[in-house]
Amino acid sequence: MNQRENHAKGGPADRLSAPAGAFHLMGRFGDQLVPAIFLIALVITLSLVSPNFLSVGNFLDIARVVSIIGIMAVGMTIVILTGGIDLSVGSTFALASVVAASLIPGSFSDAPRILAFVLPVPFAILAGLLVGAAVGFINGFIIAKSRVEPFIVTLATMAFVRGLTYLFTGGFPTIFRPMPPLFEWFGQGYVLGLPTPTIFFALVVLIGVWITRRTTFGRSIYAIGGNEEASRLSGIKVQSIKIRAYTLMGALAALSGIILASRVGAAQPTAGLTYELDVIAGVVIGGTSLLGGRGSIMSTVLGVFILGVISNGLNIAGVPTYYQYVVKGLLLISAVGFDSYLRKMQRI
Amino acid sequence: MPAILHMQDIEKNFPGVKALRGVTFTIESGEVHALLGENGAGKSTLMKILAGAQGKDAGQIRIDGRDVDIRGPLHARQLGIAIIYQELSILPHLSVAENIFLGRLPRMASMPWIVDWKLCCARARELLKQVGLDIDPLIPASRLKVADQQMVEIAKAVSENAKIVIMDEPTTSLTNREVETLFKTVRRLQERGVSIIYVSHRLAEVKEICDRATVLRDGMKIGTVNVAETTSKDWVKMMVGRDLDQLFPKMPVERGKEALRVEGVSSQKLKNVSFSAYEGEILGIAGLIGSGRSTLARTIFGAEARVAGSVNIGGKEAAIASPLEAISQGIALVPEDRKLQGLVLPMTVRENITLAKLGGISRVGQLNLRRESKVAAEYVQALQISTPHIDQKTINLSGGNQQKVVLAKWLYSDAMILIIDEPTRGIDVGARAEIYGLLQQFVEKGKSVIMISSDLPELIGMSDRIIVMHEGRVTAELAPSQFNEELIMTYASGMSH
Ligand SMILES: Nc1ncnc2c1ncn2[C@@H]1O[C@H](COP(=O)(O)OP(=O)(O)OP(=O)(O)O)[C@@H](O)[C@H]1O
Ligand SMILES: [Mg+2]
Repeated sequence: MNQRENHAKGGPADRLSAPAGAFHLMGRFGDQLVPAIFLIALVITLSLVSPNFLSVGNFLDIARVVSIIGIMAVGMTIVILTGGIDLSVGSTFALASVVAASLIPGSFSDAPRILAFVLPVPFAILAGLLVGAAVGFINGFIIAKSRVEPFIVTLATMAFVRGLTYLFTGGFPTIFRPMPPLFEWFGQGYVLGLPTPTIFFALVVLIGVWITRRTTFGRSIYAIGGNEEASRLSGIKVQSIKIRAYTLMGALAALSGIILASRVGAAQPTAGLTYELDVIAGVVIGGTSLLGGRGSIMSTVLGVFILGVISNGLNIAGVPTYYQYVVKGLLLISAVGFDSYLRKMQRI
Repeated sequence: MPAILHMQDIEKNFPGVKALRGVTFTIESGEVHALLGENGAGKSTLMKILAGAQGKDAGQIRIDGRDVDIRGPLHARQLGIAIIYQELSILPHLSVAENIFLGRLPRMASMPWIVDWKLCCARARELLKQVGLDIDPLIPASRLKVADQQMVEIAKAVSENAKIVIMDEPTTSLTNREVETLFKTVRRLQERGVSIIYVSHRLAEVKEICDRATVLRDGMKIGTVNVAETTSKDWVKMMVGRDLDQLFPKMPVERGKEALRVEGVSSQKLKNVSFSAYEGEILGIAGLIGSGRSTLARTIFGAEARVAGSVNIGGKEAAIASPLEAISQGIALVPEDRKLQGLVLPMTVRENITLAKLGGISRVGQLNLRRESKVAAEYVQALQISTPHIDQKTINLSGGNQQKVVLAKWLYSDAMILIIDEPTRGIDVGARAEIYGLLQQFVEKGKSVIMISSDLPELIGMSDRIIVMHEGRVTAELAPSQFNEELIMTYASGMSH
């Protein structure tokens, strides 16, 4: 034993060609390197092209605009890390926002009211969040128990929940006459000079990073996405973790929806259409693998900002929205392609 | 004999690891050349470079006296190099024939854009016969046993008319009889003038089939010897840098109480299996591949359903319906397939080691990363896992070191009953002795080990008792006085005494 140890010290140890610390850092931030460089290059290019781009005001603007998608993208990262996906986020976003809005004192809609009562603002918001969490829970429950592809399950709930939203509102928007100040603050306020959506986004990111890096729940998420069978055989509660991940996703979609309702002063049953595309694009462009197990919240933050900066730049340059879709699509395809290329390099 | 392959001063670095440090390696035509070395010595890396799956950082490769620059796997194949990887690389959804002819399916002479399935089948069947397989080439590869899949890969290599065939640990999942077939194929290839590079940790096989052996240690070549003129002791000394005194550190431990009793367990593949395991005992389970040993292990562990029967732990009936429940009852299972069942490959060594006992490194769901690092470092040290640091992703470890990580995970899980399916598959001789030592320490603490193994010397060397299985049944229970390979094989093949 002793001899073997001595040998080992002279052996594998001196094959380390650099201090382990450097690799530790590389390993930790290596995933974020590519999107970070891309984002920096993008910012530099745009600031050269357009002098209006590089201003504190514009950056705050970008940070505010990406928050709505960003909050959902944090939840989506967690879902995708488990090897799943959630297409129903846009519908959940809408349902939660109309439910919360219709419960808020002063809300008004042309539709015959379904909920004839109102709640104090915090409770109305909480109710909206619970509706979102419930949709997420149902998604997670079906996915965990039935083993049907998450893609199919959430495609179904996407349609189902959107339908519920239309039924609930009769297709009419919910507006406020007038909007209670607390609710107004929720989406339009400022804290320390930063818009509240950005503050919420930052908080959600912090909590998301903490969950994924520092909790057993987060560890289990990576494990399930990396190898579900090995995780199950290691005693990880696979089903319960999945249900929790989708529930969290639903609650975050609701939070986004309610923030947007406050910002624009109305809850639209059509809100959040095609948001799943932006949310998933943010996650994937950040570098989180659609196969699960690889990626991180911080990568997603970068991905969301890449998308935000591009559409901001295109807006400043006056490029029509239609082209912006094309650009987004191309970017998404490149990101997915890059991911599978990286995997191929790593495999053999 | 002329040198068909000459690799000169090959170097390869990975982040944090110098995998190859100037290795020079020569193969003559028509020889079977063993490549030996400890886990992580660089054997697979050297072979991947030759097969074009990985680039080299420095060095030259000469084939048939001509300098070549191998640009990729396809190019390597064109140069006459075929490889059978350590980890199977068969495509499960494709048919056997498609697997064999992947990328070069035979076409119709008249219409070269249409695959000639008839010809394809006929040629596949013939190739399969050469490796001793009599199967329909049109069935999907996933329907084959692992051993047969291995044979399909060999058939594929044969079909490519390769001049050099690399076999990276080809026998880890084969039974003795299949090993025989493999050896016949190897000899036939050899007669045709094909050179074979044979990577293995099983020295008896090297003795039987190889002409020369080259030993690597820590990425350096230690030397090349003639197999006939040396003994496995010499090779081991070259591999580990010292004499290995004793492989099996078996010491009798006083047998304690009954730890586990399995009674009448039945399922699709198991027929009324009953046995007991005791504290302080290593219980060996022998049997051929497919005899239900792994199914039995998985059933006890709650990973597979049982139809009837009961499992008692410490005298009490334990209703185990999931691995989680098994773990909480003190059972651990080191599964047979480390990649599919053992490891979360994209996670690090540290994260894999603690995965089965997250409670040990967390409080109210919050991880204590410092604590975790300490635990991981301890096990990396204790099991001599060769990795640049504990935050290396396990996908980057050599096969044997991956196996050690799985073992570390379950040793850390505080199990009282350790079920271990092929404990030393792909593990080098030095590390093997260490793993046996760990098992011995484990039972000395009054815990029990159930060891499933196809390696008979290992079973005989370490077990206190052996049960033999055949087609889902227990056919014998042997005491140490009855331990001998022939007797075990008799029961394992279903012939009664
Ligand atoms: N893709 C990779 N990234 C980083 N390190 C690697 C990679 N592939 C191999 N290594 C390292 O290179 C060294 C040599 O590995 P290799 O797989 O060649 O060992 P081996 O001799 O085949 O061992 P085994 O007997 O366990 O299969 C090991 O330390 C391994 O961790
Ligand atoms: Mg290897």
